[in-house]
Amino acid sequence: MRPVDPIEFAKAPTVGGSARVSEAVARAIRARRGESDPAPRPRDPAPSRAAYRMNRLWLTPSFRFCLRRLAPVAAIVACIGLWFAQPENREAFTGHVLAIKNEVQNRPEFMVKLMAIDGASPELSEDIREVMAQDFPVSSFDLDLPGLLEQIESLDAVEAAGLHVRAGGILQVDITERTPAVVWRSEHGLEMLDDEGHRVAALDSRLDRPDLPLVAGEGADRAVGEALAILSAAGPLLPRLRGLVRVGERRWNVVLDRDQVIMLPEQKPLGALAQVLALDQAKDLLARDIEVVDMRRPTRPTLRLTEAAQEEMRRLQGVELGVSYQ
Amino acid sequence: MTDLYEAQRAMRNMRQAALQRGVIAILDVGSSKIACLVLRFDGERFMGGDGVGALAGQSSFRVIGAATTRSRGVRFGEIDAMAETERAIRTAVQAAQKMAQTRVDHVIACFSGGSPRSYGIAGQVDVEYDTVSEQDVARVLASSDVPDYGAHREVLHAQPVNFQLDHRSGLKDPRGQIGQSLSVDMHMLTVDTAAIQNLLYCIKRCDLEVAGLASGAYVSGISALVEDEQELGAACVDMGGGATDVSIFMKKHMIYADSVRMGGEHVTSDIAMGLQIPLSTAERIKTFYGGIVATGMDDREMIEVGGDSGDWDKDRRTVSRAELIGIIRPRVEEILEGVRDCLDAAGFEHMPSQQIVLTGGASQIPGLDTLAPKILGQNVRIGRPLRVQGLPQAATGAAFASAVGLCLFAANPQDEWWDFEIPVDRYPARSLKRAMRWFKENW
Repeated sequence: MRPVDPIEFAKAPTVGGSARVSEAVARAIRARRGESDPAPRPRDPAPSRAAYRMNRLWLTPSFRFCLRRLAPVAAIVACIGLWFAQPENREAFTGHVLAIKNEVQNRPEFMVKLMAIDGASPELSEDIREVMAQDFPVSSFDLDLPGLLEQIESLDAVEAAGLHVRAGGILQVDITERTPAVVWRSEHGLEMLDDEGHRVAALDSRLDRPDLPLVAGEGADRAVGEALAILSAAGPLLPRLRGLVRVGERRWNVVLDRDQVIMLPEQKPLGALAQVLALDQAKDLLARDIEVVDMRRPTRPTLRLTEAAQEEMRRLQGVELGVSYQ
Repeated sequence: MTDLYEAQRAMRNMRQAALQRGVIAILDVGSSKIACLVLRFDGERFMGGDGVGALAGQSSFRVIGAATTRSRGVRFGEIDAMAETERAIRTAVQAAQKMAQTRVDHVIACFSGGSPRSYGIAGQVDVEYDTVSEQDVARVLASSDVPDYGAHREVLHAQPVNFQLDHRSGLKDPRGQIGQSLSVDMHMLTVDTAAIQNLLYCIKRCDLEVAGLASGAYVSGISALVEDEQELGAACVDMGGGATDVSIFMKKHMIYADSVRMGGEHVTSDIAMGLQIPLSTAERIKTFYGGIVATGMDDREMIEVGGDSGDWDKDRRTVSRAELIGIIRPRVEEILEGVRDCLDAAGFEHMPSQQIVLTGGASQIPGLDTLAPKILGQNVRIGRPLRVQGLPQAATGAAFASAVGLCLFAANPQDEWWDFEIPVDRYPARSLKRAMRWFKENW
C-alpha cells in the first residue's frame, strides 16, 4: 500500500544523475543571486484536530443528509418566506401574476369576436342577444359558458341550446326552438303554448296566429296534450270549432260556433267526443237547435235545447196532446 | 486488577455496540507505520458447511477502508511523542474513513511494545454440585494464583487455555460435565501500564472509543499461522519496525508471548550510520537492494548512495551491494538470536511441533529463508497474513499481519477471563444474584 505520507526519497540514480546535475545548477544560480536555499519543509499531512473533527462530522450520515438534502430546501423556503413576509412584495407578486395572466388571456388567439345563432327565428335571436348582454370581443377565458347557457335556456321559446366557441373566435349558439301548438287565452292575456304546455311567447292578437287552435280556462296549459288529442279527434267539427275550454281544471268543453258547447267528461273524453260525432253523423245532432251536449256522464248523454227550441218542442208536445198553452 | 477487569468488560461491551452498529476500525500502531482498516459487519455469519470450517468468523465482515501512514513518535512499539502519534493516528483514521465513506467511532487497537511478559497460572476448585456450572468455572478462574507481576503493569490478555476435570485434561468447555475437581490453566500477558495508558489517551484524543486492545504478538499469530499450525503448535515471529514479537500457539491458544526490542528500523539506522547517509535514503536503499546472503555478483553491483551536500565527491559515492549486505546481516542475525533466546526461555524445544513462521515487514528481506533456519531450526517459513474480504491488494503483505489478525480478533474474539461470570461471593452484598444463591443453597 502506498503510504499517505511517503518518505521523501532522493531521486532515482538510474538516469546518470542528470536530475541531480540540474538541481546542482539551480542551486548554484540561486547562490549567485544571493538567495537562500528555500528547501521548504514538507507540509504536515496530518489533519488538524478541527479539520479531523469536521471531516468526521461530514461523514456522519445524519449530518450529511441534513446538509445535503434538508438544508438547501430549508434555505430556499426561508428565502421565499422572508420575501413574502413583506406585504409590498406579496402585492407586487400577485400583481405581476395577474398581469401575466391577463396578457395571456387577451391574446388574439383566445378572443371571441362575434356570436352566431343557429336555428332560431329572428325575434328569438334578438331576445337571445338581449338576454346574454355580452360585449364582443371578449376573451374566451372570461366567457362563462354554463352561465350563458342557463340564461339562454331560461328563455321560454328555447327548448334546448348548445353553446361552444368555434375556431376563428366565434361563439356558436345552437338553438332548438319550441314550436307553438295552441293559443291559450288566460287571464294574463293570449299566450302560445307548445305541445307540452310550455309557454312559447305572448301573442298580441288572436289574429296573428289564426292557424293555431285556441284553448282557454285555468289550468289549460297543464293539459295541452289532452287538448291536442281532442282536437285531432274532432276532425269533422274543426270548421265549426271555436276552441276548447278547461273547466274546473279537470275536464274540457268543446266550444263550437253558434255557442254550442260539448261538455266532455273527466275520464275518457275522446270516447265521449267520438260518441257525439257518431250522433252528429247519424242524427245531424249539432246542426239542430241545441245549446249544450252534456257528455259528462257518457252513459247518459244529455242535451240542452235553446229556449226557442224548448218552446217549439213544448208546442209540438201540446199539439200531440191536444193542449194549447196559449 | 479489578480496574482493568472492569475496563476490559467495558471494552467488550463497546465491541458489542460497535458490532451492532456494523462499522468498526482496526488500528495497528507500529513503530514504522500506522495502519487503519475499517470493517463493516453485515450479513449472516457463515457457520461452516461441508468440509469447510467456520472461517474463524472472517466471512462476517468486509474491509471497506484501508489506509496507512508513516508512524511518528513511536519507538520500540511504544508511544514516545504523544502529539506526533496522535497526528499520525488522525491521518490514518481520516484516510480510512474517506475510503470507507463512513464515520467510525469504535476502534480496536494493537501495539507490540510495552515489554510483554507471559505467565502461566493455574487454579483448582472442587465442583459444587454434580455437574460443572458456570459458577464453578467462575470460581476456578478466580481461584487461580495470580503472580505478583509488578505495580506498573497491566493484564492485557488472560485466556483460559485448558480445563481439567478430575483426570481428564484438554477440555475446551467443562460446563455440564460430571466430576469433582475442576482445574484450569491460564495464560496471562502483562504489559507496562504506561504503554497502554498512552495509547488509550492518544485514541481518546482522536474522538474514538476503544472497543478492544490486543497484543501485537497475539494478533499477528492469529493471522499468520494457518489453522493446523495453531492447533499443533507453532511460533509466530512478527518482525516489525521497532520490535520483534514472538508468540507461541498451541491448541489454538496463545501460550507464550514475548518481544525483542529490535526490528527493521535498527537495520535502517545501521545502514545510515555505516554509509553516512540520511535515514530516508538508508530506508530506500534497504528496501530496494537489501539482502542477507551475498553472492559474487553482489560485489559488482554498485549502488549510488546519493546525497544533498553539494560536495561532488560525497554526493557521487557508490557502495557495493555486498557491503550493504555486510551491514544488514549482523543485525538480522542479532534479531533472530534474540528470537531464539525468547523461544528457549519459553521452552519451545519441548513442543511437539517446531514450526516457526516469520512475518511482519522486516521478514520480506530477501534471503531470510536461508538465514533463519540456521538460527531458529529447520521448520521455518515466511508467512503472509490470511486473506480477508475486501482487503486492498497493497495491504495483503506481511507487514499487515497484525492488522489482519486484529480484524479476525474483532470478528471472533477468544474468551478471556473477563468474559466469564463473576463468582458470586465477589458480588456486592445486596446483589440479587447473591439472594438467588442463598435460596438455592437453603432449599
